[in-house]
Amino acid sequence: MASTTSSIMDTLFQRTLEDLIKGLRLQLIGESAFISKALDEIRREIKSTDPHTKSNALQKLSYLSSLHHLDMSWAAFHVVEVMSSSRFSHKKIGYHAASLSFSDSTPVLLLITNQLRKDLTNPNNEFEVSLALECLSRIATTDLCRDLTPEIFTLLSSTKIFVRKKAIALVLRVFEKYPDAVKVCFKRLVENLDSTDPHIVSAVVGVFCELTSNDPKSYLPLAPEFYRILVDSKNNWVLIKMLKIFAKLVLLEPRLAKRVVEPVCDHMRRTGAKSLMFECVRTVVSSLSDYEEAVKLAVVKIRELLLDDDPNLKYLGLNALSIVAPKHLWAVLENKEVVIKWLSDEDPNIKRESLRLVMAMVSENNVVEICRVLVNYALKSDPEFCNEILGSILSTCSRNLYEIVNDFDWYVSLLGEMSRILHCQQGDEIENQLIDICMRVRDVRPELVRVGRDLLIDPALLSNHFLYRILSAAAWVSGEYVEFSRNPFELIEALLQPRTNLLPPSIRAIYIQSAFKVLIFCLHSYLLQRESTTSSYPDTSALSELASKREMPEGSDSATFKAPSHSEQDEVFNPRVSNQSFEELSVGNGGDRTISHGQTSTPVTSENSFTYEAVVNHLNLIELALGPLTGSHDVEILERVRNLLCFIELIKGEVLECLVQKEENLNSAEMKSSKIIKLMSDAFSEELGPVSVSAQERVPIPEGLVLKENLNDLEMICGDIQLPSSISFSLVSNHYEEGVGASLPDLQSKEELEPPSEATSLLAEHRKRHGLYYLSSEKNDIVANDYPPANDPKLQDNQNNDTEDLVKLTEQLLVSKKRPNQAKPRPVVVKLDGDVVPVSANRPGPKDDLLSGAVQEVLLGSDTRTSTSRSNPSDKSSSKRKGKEKLITDPSSELNENLGDAEKLDHENPSSRRSKHRTHGKERRHKSPGKIREEREENGQKEKKKSSHRHARHKTRQRADVPLNVVSETPVIPDFLL
Amino acid sequence: MIRFILLQNRQGKTRLAKYYVPLEDSEKHKVEYEVHRLVVNRDPKFTNFVEFRTHKVIYRRYAGLFFSLCVDITDNELAYLECIHLFVEILDHFFSNVCELDLVFNFHKVYLILDEFILAGELQETSKK
Repeated sequence: MASTTSSIMDTLFQRTLEDLIKGLRLQLIGESAFISKALDEIRREIKSTDPHTKSNALQKLSYLSSLHHLDMSWAAFHVVEVMSSSRFSHKKIGYHAASLSFSDSTPVLLLITNQLRKDLTNPNNEFEVSLALECLSRIATTDLCRDLTPEIFTLLSSTKIFVRKKAIALVLRVFEKYPDAVKVCFKRLVENLDSTDPHIVSAVVGVFCELTSNDPKSYLPLAPEFYRILVDSKNNWVLIKMLKIFAKLVLLEPRLAKRVVEPVCDHMRRTGAKSLMFECVRTVVSSLSDYEEAVKLAVVKIRELLLDDDPNLKYLGLNALSIVAPKHLWAVLENKEVVIKWLSDEDPNIKRESLRLVMAMVSENNVVEICRVLVNYALKSDPEFCNEILGSILSTCSRNLYEIVNDFDWYVSLLGEMSRILHCQQGDEIENQLIDICMRVRDVRPELVRVGRDLLIDPALLSNHFLYRILSAAAWVSGEYVEFSRNPFELIEALLQPRTNLLPPSIRAIYIQSAFKVLIFCLHSYLLQRESTTSSYPDTSALSELASKREMPEGSDSATFKAPSHSEQDEVFNPRVSNQSFEELSVGNGGDRTISHGQTSTPVTSENSFTYEAVVNHLNLIELALGPLTGSHDVEILERVRNLLCFIELIKGEVLECLVQKEENLNSAEMKSSKIIKLMSDAFSEELGPVSVSAQERVPIPEGLVLKENLNDLEMICGDIQLPSSISFSLVSNHYEEGVGASLPDLQSKEELEPPSEATSLLAEHRKRHGLYYLSSEKNDIVANDYPPANDPKLQDNQNNDTEDLVKLTEQLLVSKKRPNQAKPRPVVVKLDGDVVPVSANRPGPKDDLLSGAVQEVLLGSDTRTSTSRSNPSDKSSSKRKGKEKLITDPSSELNENLGDAEKLDHENPSSRRSKHRTHGKERRHKSPGKIREEREENGQKEKKKSSHRHARHKTRQRADVPLNVVSETPVIPDFLL
Repeated sequence: MIRFILLQNRQGKTRLAKYYVPLEDSEKHKVEYEVHRLVVNRDPKFTNFVEFRTHKVIYRRYAGLFFSLCVDITDNELAYLECIHLFVEILDHFFSNVCELDLVFNFHKVYLILDEFILAGELQETSKK
């Protein structure tokens, strides 16, 4: 009793969907609270036995679910209940909820098969049928499709257009889920192509368009039907879909293209609809680009689009132009001024397209100018577009091993310039290219080192984290090819400048390693130079004093690296003096070191810059800059800092001492250190070329070496022993250094770590004293702001000027296409072993083997049947086809008997055959149709013999193909099209 | 093929959403948010096409409502633009001078019309006649 009353109350006072919506609209805040309250109501109401209450609740729930993303999977069973209601209005709600909320994993799907079957076969109410179809189109699973295929098949020939077109649209989903349905439904689907009702045709064409786009090959036999629709149909929508189908098909069958090109051009000329016109244009430029006339017409139409005021048409025009560009560059050149004009359009889409086209126009004759203007343009545009410009310059210039770059000096300095653009985010790409060019092009290295130096020396760049990768490349280049540097000392200073502490550890490690290389180079050059001019040294005593003074900061910095002899000396020194010298150094270290060290401001030849003073200064500078890093937590930095500092420690004493002493001892005293330096220098100057990816394979495996043994047992044995992490790797140089270091008796274990506490306390003390000169790590961002940005974004006002500039420029360039040859010959670009030779892309195997297999199977059968069953004499194609059928039936019936064998035999045959068509397309087209027919007849007979031969010939063009036999292949080429 | 259709107002409230490919609820939410972000700030002078992930969104603005269709990259933009207009005309015809409130309160009817218009991601009606 109580339950009945409550249900009546529910019914009477239930909130309708409208109430819910109104209520929701009144809630300005607390919407979610309202929704959860409503949800509670729904949960109660949906359990009601009254169908009206229940469906109303479900309706509310589906509203909330669809627009407020509420989970309604819990109500799945109620949905099924409402679906099975006998009243249409309830059923409607149920079906809608089902299509909204069901997914493949919904468990109750098993329950609805019969309900759907009942509704699909309902003879009285076509609306219920259509409800079921609509729902099925959304939720159909493999099981549902399998079970309901017979019903759908029946509906495909329903007399009610309303139902039939929905059944047709549904077929797409059914085929996708359950390919076996093709066997049943395909024939009827094809028959619907002949329907007189435009709705039906439109629906079928839609289905075929989707099917063809996934696997065009299977639908080639339907070309005659498609062709008829293409010629006869008046419906733009259908025509557009038809063009899409043909755009795929003609790529497979060149003879089809010959037939199709005329009607396509017809449509292009005649139609008033821009959408159809554009589709024609797109078809021509993408698939029929071999037909000059058609392309010319398309380009005329493209020009119309480009000059239109509607941004959509402009965009599409540019789009079409970029499709045509690779094959017919003249089309782009013809419209160049428009293209360039749209480069300054407001719409990013249009800008992007025209940029793409500008890049398509680039050739080795104009690359310098176009890039220059584009870079200037990039400076003025918004960050996003700026990066797009830079990205496209980079990718265009690097294409095919820098094919279009003749002057690498220019290109490298362009890369440097691009790095300095404020919004540049192409660090990774520029880094790759810098290193790549450095490896490949020997002649460009001096320029590259210069560019690298400019980048390294600019402290402002260190605050832009997008540039870190570029800087790391610059650092590496400067270290590796330091011999080209005009002033190596300057490089050391740049590599160790205080702001490098902004860099991430991995890049800082590269900096330090590069500094190491540069230092070795300096010392080596210094020694060489001194060997030749030992006598010309200035007053050595003065120098020695200076040297010991310079020693001080290092001494106070960390006692760890002090040679015993010097530490004695240092302690007696007046701290004030050391302070002074330190200040001096730090000033030099900071901004105006170029002034404090005279030699850096003026470009002097490297010969006279390697003075004793400079060497000592820089040894001190390195120690000073790297001292604090000995406590670094990053293993890469630590490793390299220690290498460098130990090396300095190793040589310093001797270098200094030997200078103080008289010349006679010089040779003997300096022996060791100069030997070290020489060794190191040799190690670094050894060029490490890139290694081919396959190099490892070429190394023969020595006999008796077991590589494939299972080491799992080992783990068991020493499970609890923690294996040392094997991350640390050392460069060749490190080995050298270690080896040398060990061989020298007087240097034993200086590099041994002192107890960290002592080091840190010393460090702390030092910092306290000289804290002023340190950049605290916490203040990184503030420091970063001290420096002005590398580039001030220029004002946007002269955009137009720029465009005009571009227009003028391209006019010049493109008019005078033949420019005098460059004064400089193009340097050799080394091809590295690992380079991938661009191969024509192999088509990936069809994804839905099953579906296309099924379709072909059906077509093989249905083709003969449909065409013979068709008795309309006025149908041109069918009458012609009939003739053809007769020709083919003989071999086919013959072969049908051993169909299985043929299938195996000619497994790869169709693909090779088609590829033959493609390659010889041109000759073939000129042959008379009769000849081809003869030839094909022959083919039919000789197929077996020939197949093996072709197989071998086209072995390289391997494509994953579905099994096809000769019989299905032979009727594939529609006769009337020849 | 149409992947989904969205009707959103300028504030980003979804008035109608129909997906022809299965998506998770959270994913739908994200898609709606992203599409709204994409289209809402575009100048009326801009193109009506925007790239969206691996597809493209074709949208059209009627008063405060954005009609957005997500279609394959190879589909004909202009045709779908027309198709949006046709849909709006149908709605207009049905509600006689349609406004956002009609869509808000006639949730189910709009869906029914849409189902007649597009099925399984394919257009069913191509002209008013």
